[in-house]
Amino acid sequence: MSEHIVPPKVYVGIFLSLMVLTAATVAAAYVNLGPFNIVIALAIASLKATLVVLYFMHARYSPKRTQLVIICAVFWLAIMLALTLSDYVTRDHDVAANISVPQMLES
Amino acid sequence: MHRTGELYGQFETLEQQKESAALGMWVFLATEVLFFGGLFMTYTLNRHYYGTAFGVGSNTLDLKLGGLNTVILILSSLTMAMSVWASHVGKRKATTGFLVATLILGTAFLGVKVIEYKQKFDHHLIPGYHFQIDYRAQHPSPNDDPKEIEAEKEELSKAFAKDPDLNAHAQLYFSLYFGMTGLHALHMIVGAGMLLWLIRQSMLGRFTPTYNTPVEMIGLYWHFVDIVWIYLFPLLYLIDRHQ
Amino acid sequence: MDTPTSTRSATATVYKIPEEHYLNSTYGIRSWLLTTDHKRIALLYLFSVTFFFFVGGIFATMIRIHLMTPQGFLVTPETYNKLFTMHGVAMIFFFLIPSIPAVLGNFLVPLMIGAKDLAFPKINLLSWYIYLIGGSFVLYSFATGGLDTGWTFYTPLSSIYSNSAVTPAVLGIFINGFSSILTGLNFVVTIHTMRAPGMTWFRLPLFVWAQYATSIIFILGTPVIAITLLLVGLERMFHLGFFNPALGGDPILFQHLFWFYSHPAVYIMILPAMGVISEIIPTFARKPIFGYSFIAGSSIAIAVIGFFVWAHHMFLTGESVYAALAFSFLSYLVAIPSAVKVFNWTSTLYKGSISWDTPMLYALGFIGLFLIGGLTGLFLACLGLDIHIHDTYFVVAHFHYIMVGGAVMGYLGGIHFWWPKISGRLYPEFLARVSAIILFTGFNLTFFPQFILGYLGMPRRYHSYPPEFQVLNVMSTAGASILALGYLLPMIYLVWSLKYGVVAGPNPWPATGLEWKTDSPPLTENFLVTPEVTWEAYDFETRPDLELDHIVAGKLPAPAHGDD
Repeated sequence: MSEHIVPPKVYVGIFLSLMVLTAATVAAAYVNLGPFNIVIALAIASLKATLVVLYFMHARYSPKRTQLVIICAVFWLAIMLALTLSDYVTRDHDVAANISVPQMLES
Repeated sequence: MHRTGELYGQFETLEQQKESAALGMWVFLATEVLFFGGLFMTYTLNRHYYGTAFGVGSNTLDLKLGGLNTVILILSSLTMAMSVWASHVGKRKATTGFLVATLILGTAFLGVKVIEYKQKFDHHLIPGYHFQIDYRAQHPSPNDDPKEIEAEKEELSKAFAKDPDLNAHAQLYFSLYFGMTGLHALHMIVGAGMLLWLIRQSMLGRFTPTYNTPVEMIGLYWHFVDIVWIYLFPLLYLIDRHQ
Repeated sequence: MDTPTSTRSATATVYKIPEEHYLNSTYGIRSWLLTTDHKRIALLYLFSVTFFFFVGGIFATMIRIHLMTPQGFLVTPETYNKLFTMHGVAMIFFFLIPSIPAVLGNFLVPLMIGAKDLAFPKINLLSWYIYLIGGSFVLYSFATGGLDTGWTFYTPLSSIYSNSAVTPAVLGIFINGFSSILTGLNFVVTIHTMRAPGMTWFRLPLFVWAQYATSIIFILGTPVIAITLLLVGLERMFHLGFFNPALGGDPILFQHLFWFYSHPAVYIMILPAMGVISEIIPTFARKPIFGYSFIAGSSIAIAVIGFFVWAHHMFLTGESVYAALAFSFLSYLVAIPSAVKVFNWTSTLYKGSISWDTPMLYALGFIGLFLIGGLTGLFLACLGLDIHIHDTYFVVAHFHYIMVGGAVMGYLGGIHFWWPKISGRLYPEFLARVSAIILFTGFNLTFFPQFILGYLGMPRRYHSYPPEFQVLNVMSTAGASILALGYLLPMIYLVWSLKYGVVAGPNPWPATGLEWKTDSPPLTENFLVTPEVTWEAYDFETRPDLELDHIVAGKLPAPAHGDD
């Protein structure tokens, strides 16, 4: 970890940005943007996460290998999501259609 | 328990020791990303297929409580970061104070979660044999707002029309809700335990500008738990709110 | 090394065991059970993984005996399901995955990089205890009804319908996952931060590169199987529905999540073995390894690309044919770095001065058997062909060639190669060579017929088979009995050598590498003075202390042998 000491006002500034972004994400949820609702929600969440990682967790001031660890973690999560979805999204048949639930739940 | 700044035998220098601790914590957090990742994958798939049910489920969550928790947790990240700063500049009382604040906020978060979980229990929304997505609509309690119940009934009838298996799919949503927030809460409880230890150490004056590694490392963990919530909040609470 | 541990004579140097070393520095059961010395922890793991090897081996023996007749005479079909499941679970999670990393990796990584211990010695010990706890849960599962889902735990059999002891088993494997994760974490941090001065990345022994690559997989893959098995357990207990089609869940989701880890897991099992081979080959060819940076890079490449190929286990599940194409292509791609290694090892042998010591026999056996196993993997990665051979004995033969012919031979080769360092003694060389040959013969007799059986259509995980397959099955069982002998012999003579083996001295082979500069056995703190590295890896040509200048003259000092 570097000896760089982040001044408190940076922290407060980041905190306020996170509050604004939280309000934004709630507000955006009330607007019907169709499929873009999820995109906006994830984008705002990712921006918040990035601010926390960079400033609260000092990633901005950390050695390169720390940054490599962060990037790898995110990249691997992305692979898991993307490649698994690549199966479901490119299927010719729809898996979940026409599944009916027997009375199992009531018994 | 070793004294402030003591070098462990396997290390050559304090610098090496600190570097190792930091890298170790970051690598551990990487494992946590993949650990939660499996649940996020499950969520992604199920939301893709059962969007209606997920919307219905999400709308049963109390947005005020969820939003409050988000604010509480982000504030606790601020106080945690401030305690790291305080330990860096040698302000011992402030270090302890900020740690205590973080702990109080974390506990408040867990308290709100308990309230939310209790609500779900009352409305038969715990996955299992008694799960019934329309329980509240069918059996409103006297303090429920009748307009709200009407709106919910209408939402449910539209949803059932789109998805006859709404109950089963909504149960999947709630399994994920409890699974993801439950795992998150477990991590917070562990974090709270570590904060208790940190507070004690801080009160004993163990953290100085040359040695504050535990504060930094546990801080990293705490921020990570915050980041998980930053994703959980929109993904669980903000689906289809515009309806 | 101030106390005289050797006396030179006209013919050979006679060594004595050093007065103080890691085995006798402290006494008592507490000094072992509460040790933080990476070398002692490695030995603790050695005992535990050997135990689980026996457990898995007993199940394998029962399977092979049962399969001697077409209708199977030993056990009921339900019990047969339990046998192959428990064989797989014990062998994969509790033997193969920990074996080289936790035994050889723990012992050697600090020595090889010039450190006194790993970065987190207490976490290292914790890893072992977590392994034991996980193993206990699984043994409990075995003892209270067994497990019949296959080691792959496919849903909804595992999450709903199986009547066997699934919940303790998945809990045990979940817990064991953290043992792996912590070991991987320890290695990554150690290799990054604790290398001795002058030990740059490209001077590291290739074994260390292999451990690093394996650790990447530990760290990024294991958490996924942890959460997946946890979900199976929760689904079993609380009827949640993620993998239950009747409740809108998806069994294929389980398979995606499961294989996301379990495919890279096979690279966890083979990469360390490849690291061992990369150490043995240069030593017994008396040559620097050919293409060092390519071998190092290929280890990382295998670890990374190995994460992109998992759905080749799911070609026949109804997955998207376009995704299947992509996964098939990527599976062919991941074979390339493995091939690079085989080429480089072979090139190292070329014009080398080969000596046929036991570790070299294991290494050469590895190269041949891994080649067959790896190439047959490409057969399976081919979409059209996989339709025919998926879920047959062809697959079983393929992975046993890699796991047993590859990983286990690498493990045994490593145990023999580093035995002098670990114990201070040489094993009996002649007997060891005979054992290696017995093992190699038994192995091929056991598993080659299985390729043929699979190609002819015998399904895997079936308790009975058509009568025309009996000859090959009996051959396989006969081979297994020889293979068992090949495993038992080393256990016997290695233990024997602890008391009666010739004292090895610091560097019997001789080999390059920092570990060979320490005493055999090493001190607890490995190095009294932190070494400063000024030489490249495998620098056989430039090390006067190895007395290898005789190479030029065509006369070599013979490596020390345990029965000369």
